[in-house]
Amino acid sequence: MGFIKAHFFIPLKSEKQTNDMIKRKVNSVQEALQGITDNMTIMLGGFGLCGIPENSIAELVKMNVANLTCISNNAGVDDFGLGLLLQKKQIKKMISSYVGENAEFERQMLSGELEVELTPQGTLAEKCRAAQHGIPAFFTPAGYGTEVAEGKETREFNGKMYVMEKAYKADFAIVKAWKGDEAGNLIFKGTARNFNSCMAGAAKITIAEVEELVPAGTLDPNQIHIPGIMVNRIFKGEKFEKRIEQRTVRQKA
Amino acid sequence: MALDKNQIAKRIAKEVKDGYYVNLGIGIPTLVANFVRTDISVEFQSENGVLGMGPFPFEEEEDADIINAGKQTITTLPGASFFDSAFSFGMIRSKKVDLTILGAMEVSENGDIANWKIPGKMVKGMGGAMDLVASAENIIVAMMHVNKAGESKVLKSCTLPLTGVGCVKKIVTELAVMDVTPNGFKLLERAPGVTVEEIIKATEGKLIVEDEIPEMILD
Repeated sequence: MGFIKAHFFIPLKSEKQTNDMIKRKVNSVQEALQGITDNMTIMLGGFGLCGIPENSIAELVKMNVANLTCISNNAGVDDFGLGLLLQKKQIKKMISSYVGENAEFERQMLSGELEVELTPQGTLAEKCRAAQHGIPAFFTPAGYGTEVAEGKETREFNGKMYVMEKAYKADFAIVKAWKGDEAGNLIFKGTARNFNSCMAGAAKITIAEVEELVPAGTLDPNQIHIPGIMVNRIFKGEKFEKRIEQRTVRQKA
Repeated sequence: MALDKNQIAKRIAKEVKDGYYVNLGIGIPTLVANFVRTDISVEFQSENGVLGMGPFPFEEEEDADIINAGKQTITTLPGASFFDSAFSFGMIRSKKVDLTILGAMEVSENGDIANWKIPGKMVKGMGGAMDLVASAENIIVAMMHVNKAGESKVLKSCTLPLTGVGCVKKIVTELAVMDVTPNGFKLLERAPGVTVEEIIKATEGKLIVEDEIPEMILD
């Protein structure tokens, strides 16, 4: 008999004395993305091309879902990241802080085909985090006195002015992590954590694609960045190109 | 002689003090890291989620998962840490970051800054600039005193859409170092060989000139 569970009243059905972990693992990107349809709002993690869910983006292109509203700090480049969805005109609206690296984006924006909502980066992150944490709105000083604050409630706290910003409401959040386990626990690497960590659990359904997927119990619970409760579906990405946007190096002396 | 970009960065580097956590914007501000004294303790923060940024990696050692906010591959120094974007702006909003250095298109005499949008041109977005200027206590702007058409960028009031209001504390241009005070721009230093008259001519906003204005010392 174990120490933790005493079974004085419940007859044992088996020798097993603890519950199984809830399994979040799915077997393919197709299974993971089930339920994503036209007109949905989707959060996508990543900063530039760093830490983007590239397998899921490739699958969204194949699924040909349209009229999407995408919440993502950036919009990819012409032939990678969200640029692939833009090329096929699958995005109706982008919510981002910086969209500078994409010529097709520029063309669609200037022609009015694409709606763009520019949001300060910290506000964007916090709007995700607020959704993740069940907070409907918050006050930030960012954008006070600028066009970003137009039409929004402002309030003074301790002599400083703040703008009220609301949590995002999204149908799906798609994040990318370095390692994950079958219970949905996630560990990120380097600056690829960025918005992935803030978006996990911030939508109705969260999908995580990981480079390495291991059985529950393999990862050290002390090292988990995002607990599996925030992740509904986890799968191992087939291939990660991990393209570098600005390759900057120094010469060996 | 007006300063070049590296010299502006060199002058700003003198404002980086021992024990500072510093956020550097894109452009001239990035160059500042090259000129900070190495006998003091300083950590560079990048808002995409790293504190303790080091130099660019050696060839073949680049890591796609380790970049700065300019999307450049970087390295980290001993004692560095990674965190998510919400946490990154949390440490900016709660004023843990001591100094923010960024570029600007225009600054006004009450400390307003415009650096993200030119009407009629493709707007790329504000990135983290609005969060940084609204939160930081100590903001230094690195910019050119006049634009290519010869018009002042150091103004009575900004003409471009604002990034933040009443936030800039100090400006370093190719001509001068100025503080933003409740009474206007206060001229502190002039670039070597540049006269006070030249600076007055290049400044549209109110410029306070008191006593003798010393030349900048760059080295």
